[in-house]
Amino acid sequence: MEELIEQLKKQIIEQLNLEDLEPGDIDPEDPLFGNGLGLDSIDALELIVLLEKEYGVKIENPRDGQQIFFSVKSMAEYITQHQK
Amino acid sequence: MPPKVIVTGAGIITSIGNNVDETFQALISGQSGIQSIQVLDTVHNNDFVLGEVPYTHEELLQMAKPHPHKPLTRTALLGIIAARQACQDAGIDLNDGLKTGLVSATTVGGMDRSELFYKDFLHKAEANPFIDTHHAGNSTEMIAEMLEIKDLMTTISTACSSSLNSLMFGARLIKSGMVDRVVAGGTDGLSKFTLNGFNTLMILDKNLCRPFDAERKGLNLGEGAAYLVLENEKSARQSGKTIYAELAGYANANDAFHQTASSEHGEGPFLAMQKALHKADFKPADIDYINVHGTGTENNDLTEGRAMIRLFGDRLPAFSSTKAFTGHTLGAAGAVESVISILALQNNVVFPNLNFRTPMPEPGLTPVTETVEKELHHVLTNSFGFGGNDSSLVFSKVKKT
Amino acid sequence: MTPVIETYCHIRNNHIFRDGKLIFELPGADLKVFLKSAYKFLNPGYARFYKMDEISKLGFLAAEVLSPAFNRELPQEETAVVLSNTHSTWVTDMHHQETINNDKNFFPSPAIFVYTLPNIMTGEISIRHNFRGENAFFIFEKFDPEFISNYTNHLIMSSKASSCLGGYVDQTPRGYDVFVYYLRSGKNEEGKPEHNAGELRRLYEYGNG
Repeated sequence: MEELIEQLKKQIIEQLNLEDLEPGDIDPEDPLFGNGLGLDSIDALELIVLLEKEYGVKIENPRDGQQIFFSVKSMAEYITQHQK
Repeated sequence: MPPKVIVTGAGIITSIGNNVDETFQALISGQSGIQSIQVLDTVHNNDFVLGEVPYTHEELLQMAKPHPHKPLTRTALLGIIAARQACQDAGIDLNDGLKTGLVSATTVGGMDRSELFYKDFLHKAEANPFIDTHHAGNSTEMIAEMLEIKDLMTTISTACSSSLNSLMFGARLIKSGMVDRVVAGGTDGLSKFTLNGFNTLMILDKNLCRPFDAERKGLNLGEGAAYLVLENEKSARQSGKTIYAELAGYANANDAFHQTASSEHGEGPFLAMQKALHKADFKPADIDYINVHGTGTENNDLTEGRAMIRLFGDRLPAFSSTKAFTGHTLGAAGAVESVISILALQNNVVFPNLNFRTPMPEPGLTPVTETVEKELHHVLTNSFGFGGNDSSLVFSKVKKT
Repeated sequence: MTPVIETYCHIRNNHIFRDGKLIFELPGADLKVFLKSAYKFLNPGYARFYKMDEISKLGFLAAEVLSPAFNRELPQEETAVVLSNTHSTWVTDMHHQETINNDKNFFPSPAIFVYTLPNIMTGEISIRHNFRGENAFFIFEKFDPEFISNYTNHLIMSSKASSCLGGYVDQTPRGYDVFVYYLRSGKNEEGKPEHNAGELRRLYEYGNG
């Protein structure tokens, strides 16, 4: 799980163009949206693409994204549960 | 005192009809043009419904009868067909000494051809003519060439508000005396680029869209073209032209909130509608019908609805979205819906907001759901685009003299 | 009273000029590096910059260079944004196309798709500076000083706006050309250029020294 979390952090930074951030700056349990990293609705969609592209995990309903993308940890947990 | 701007001609082609008459028939009989994909060759064939103009590229070439050997895109062909109709309808005689302009809008441009030939551009010379047709100005140039309009030509590209902005700009050109008449509107053909792009934004409804419905899930894409001929009132009356309506008011504002979503209380939409009324010197109570932007997305319908309530209070006029008929025709939407608004005005009828079942929790936002006869004097139409580009127009019935 | 060109910006060949004076350069760097360095130099503290496509970044930077001159006391609806170019969003269009070219590696990006409209750039500038006035984007064969000056003068003289950001922001795979200016109504006490086609053409062609 630790390895997946570190990998996810790097991928998120790259996919969302978070240029000034290092993986060390992201706490895996901190909220990604809201005040966290200032992500918006388009970023949420990009994370959906990330999950499908890198992990083969499809999210059909963007509303489920709120829970799945709450934090890096919740993303990692979802991937672990749903990856084929 | 600047001249009044009036409409003397109209042309349109969408999934519900090849011309103004067919469009009207479809609207009053509740006949939507949105269905499973027939023309666009895409891997998503069975996944989506679209408002396609039901003709292949070859069939459109037959209909448009353009110059032979010119490479033409779907967007250009649709534009030629509709713009020519408008010019013929207005009886434009380019030799009458009046200055004539063309203002055309598009967002897709030549993408329908570029995406077909993209892989070939570097290897196959036959594909090369379609490199030049990609850009947004190309369809405008093709229309100008076919109609022989030489005095002024420009292209506007501001997402879904594009062709309302064409009409607004056309009106200003006439009021400033730079031209005497303008063919103004827009055109967009469907492409895989567009379908895939909107799909990745997850704002498409896989079934028929439900504007303003509590359970709405998104929009259906459409395609088409529409143009109005705008003229200086004085010269139009002098030449005895039939006058369809006056373009009485118009405005544009920026929502300044997000690239694709509207602000919570619809600031941009509110400002656009408010300023359009102000331009027309009307009060909210003067409006009899609103043809709303009403795409069927969660965000648009809520924020547009809130902006309407802010402006009209508890005296919201009859309103409907006709995107459940035509689909969202993107760059052409403003002009398509202007033609529809003028049909409503001329025939004293409000067209239904199809597929509506349950009102939103926000109170007071129930659209008209059946074709209703109603005396109409002033109609407001909205088109709100990505990038926060929000426009509104007011059309008024004109007294016959 | 003819409106006044309060201040103007050119971005060409990795050089940024304000009112004809060089304020930043990074010759030889590739565009991505140049844009990031220019951002850090101007330091607006606006991380959203990184999400934009290249042409929006160019427009954003030009507006940022001019922003000290913006009249912040005006109501939000009083500033218009009227931009133009020749190639719309050609480079971003290609990036989007590449994400859907290969059936086996088919992952369109919503962020890239959004930027395939030239007026997203005007939207980004409007969001950053809270401009809620009229905004428009025109496509021309080349920069058209006559058209833009007539259009924006009309906005100001008919009281639809008291100030306006106008200009030309164009990008092709081979390079870019940016000329953006801030226009205002009112007295011209400092002898600034008058806003007309002749002055605009002169500034566009020669204003970067």
